[in-house]
Amino acid sequence: MAHAQLSPRTIPDRLQGRSARLLKSWEALLVVVATAIFLGNSLASPYFLDPWNLSDATFNFTEKAMIAFAMALVIISGEIDLSVASIIALASTAMGYAVQLGLDTPALVAIGLGVGLVCGAVNGLLITGLGLPSIVVTIGTMSLFRGLSFIVLGDQAFTGYPESFAWFGQGYVWWVFSFEFTLFVLLAVIYGVLLHKTNFGRAVYAIGNNQTAALFSGVRVARVKFALFLMTGLMAGLASICLTSRLGSTRPSIALGWELEVVTMVVLGGVNILGGSGTIPGVVLAALIMGMVTFGFGLLNVPGIVMSIFIGLLLISVIALPILWQRARRRLSQ
Amino acid sequence: MKPAIALEGISKSFPGVRALSEVSLTLYPGSVTALIGENGAGKSTLVKILTGIYQPDSGVIRVGETETAFPTALSAARAGVTAIHQETVLFDELSVAENIFLGHAPRNRFGLIDWKKLNADAAALLNRAGADFDPTIRLRDLGIARKHLVAIARALSVDARVVIMDEPTAALSHKEIHELYALIERLKADGKAILFISHKFDEIFRIADRYTVFRDGTMVGEGVIADVRQDDLVRMMVGRSVDSVYPKKEVGIGEPVLTVSGYRHPTEFEDINFELRRGEILGFYGLVGAGRSEFMQSLIGITRPSAGAIRLDGEVLVIRSPAEAIRAGIVYVPEERGRQGAIIGMPIFQNVTLPSLSHTSRTGFLRLANEFALAREYTSRLDLRAASLDQDVGTLSGGNQQKVVIAKWLATKPKVIILDEPTKGIDIGSKAAVHAFMSELAAQGLSVIMVSSEIPEIMGMSDRVIVMREGRIAGRFERSELTAEKLVRAAAGIEAQPEGRAA
Repeated sequence: MAHAQLSPRTIPDRLQGRSARLLKSWEALLVVVATAIFLGNSLASPYFLDPWNLSDATFNFTEKAMIAFAMALVIISGEIDLSVASIIALASTAMGYAVQLGLDTPALVAIGLGVGLVCGAVNGLLITGLGLPSIVVTIGTMSLFRGLSFIVLGDQAFTGYPESFAWFGQGYVWWVFSFEFTLFVLLAVIYGVLLHKTNFGRAVYAIGNNQTAALFSGVRVARVKFALFLMTGLMAGLASICLTSRLGSTRPSIALGWELEVVTMVVLGGVNILGGSGTIPGVVLAALIMGMVTFGFGLLNVPGIVMSIFIGLLLISVIALPILWQRARRRLSQ
Repeated sequence: MKPAIALEGISKSFPGVRALSEVSLTLYPGSVTALIGENGAGKSTLVKILTGIYQPDSGVIRVGETETAFPTALSAARAGVTAIHQETVLFDELSVAENIFLGHAPRNRFGLIDWKKLNADAAALLNRAGADFDPTIRLRDLGIARKHLVAIARALSVDARVVIMDEPTAALSHKEIHELYALIERLKADGKAILFISHKFDEIFRIADRYTVFRDGTMVGEGVIADVRQDDLVRMMVGRSVDSVYPKKEVGIGEPVLTVSGYRHPTEFEDINFELRRGEILGFYGLVGAGRSEFMQSLIGITRPSAGAIRLDGEVLVIRSPAEAIRAGIVYVPEERGRQGAIIGMPIFQNVTLPSLSHTSRTGFLRLANEFALAREYTSRLDLRAASLDQDVGTLSGGNQQKVVIAKWLATKPKVIILDEPTKGIDIGSKAAVHAFMSELAAQGLSVIMVSSEIPEIMGMSDRVIVMREGRIAGRFERSELTAEKLVRAAAGIEAQPEGRAA
């Protein structure tokens, strides 16, 4: 008996230092991939290293990445939100409609964000309130939200956005740094802190690893999940403002298929599709990689369909490689 | 009479636990043998050896005259051993006939399944099992009792010579139990050897011809039911002195801390009233399914009671979620460690600090140094064995995982801690550490509720014991008047003790 008192041996906090952990991380691999693509692009095209060209290239990923940050949290918590692209369409349609009524930029921004929040709340209520699986709910709302845009717009387009509204998608904060890119950096920091430095972020990981145990441990699971779906809705609203402003028009097919690109970005960033693990720095790196690949291929006049083939192959290979590597190591050690 | 199957000198060890040592069991054709023993006595291990799921470390299995071995579940099935479990292992999405003939369906001349014959044969088997439903309906549409009948029809279809029934009546109604008895009589008449595992003595005396009693992985008695009395069986099951190994401290018991009155739930429990005092360890004993865990989970807001009130330190409390329970100072260490307790995939320290984050953090922001300090304090008090605190809790042994889970709850500095089967499935060393610590906690003035199905643990650790049966309190005992016989009688409903006795 009395084991408890006899031998209070000290267990160290960590076995590996910070640098050792970083070197073995998924993010380290992504840095290598990103560097390789950067170098490859620089060699392949003389136009790649031009600051303004690079700045233009960031528009390839900034809007998707905004959503990807919120989506990363949703996927880490073990859920998914496939309605984000349709929320972009619905928010954009609402803003376009408001323009026809003569509303100005501040009202448009409020409407864009508001529609995003409402859509997120609808998802969140169906998922946490009724306990429905998020993949089913958001496939449903994916059709619903875009369907509403089609009803309003038909084959028409809303245009005539006020000039001041153009700044969100076309304006620059300083030198080559666009508003969108600045927002991307800011959101990366905010989401990084939220996920990695707060109690909320810890709750997200706990839910993703074991929802029942998290509930028993006093995590307010429903509340956290509801907040996460509000966040993806809000981010989709924000992306809708940027995209609509950049394009200067709204069609019901706006941002069609983006939900898959956003999920791809998140998974490429090392977030486990089954939930429980992943980091924001990983998602940032994945966004940069996808942006550079698209841009590099654009410079080389590679058609869009080849780009999506490449992104698909990249996704499968970065996921398969570590698994194959581990298997090979296990076989060697046997 | 020649035995249908005989096990001789079977031993089986798991890391840290000797589950069976030198046990024997003989089953005769046309006869029902009851296997009796407490939880943890080694009954399930034996069943798994009989059905080829576990391999014995030593010993002999004889089928008829020949010595044999069951290296796989399939080889046991081929030798004619079949088991009907508490939770039937059947397939909800398949039809009744497909379930019965899974793996040995009749084929037509093209090698495809002969559906006509399959359904006709299934109907015939169901008929023999005393069931009259259509073999083409899907299994999921049947109730639990009828699923049992399907399992029995499956047993008949493989022409079993040995049928194992592991607590087959646990989920059945009174009427269904009587139908099951009739079926067992029919199986007996067919010359099957039946192994009947049950905690309920009335059933054993009703249906069994022979008995074998296990205790702590050894066989302590066997014989013919007609020659034995209930009291003898109970004594064989529990007969040992237990107090010496348990580190229970004598503690001055203080004022009431938690008062529960009139707790009830539409299906799980009813009329629960008790008081828990400072420094007390209150044991909750009962058979599996007596409603103890369900009641405990209602105390922390996982399930809602339909009526009832609790008072903590004199104040009436309404608890709607585990978060509120933790804030009030009531914590629950769940029985299902892997599902409800440990968060596999997260580091030890994050597991420990999860319910205490509001104390270790500042305005919602994590403070890792505080977390490591808190995790170190409580894991070292429980003598956790781990390489580092940021190790995934899933890499630890069961006993050490349980220490992490208990540390997690203690770190919230509760007033009342509810431990649900705290030592289930963990090794002896960790068990001792958990018991020592529990005793230490009570000595420091914490109030402990310990749900346990192990009689030695209940008797060794509790100041008072409440026995639950079928969702109601079936008996209350002070430490001084505790005997294993009384507990077993109250839990099994033999000469039911009047409620409220010596409370």
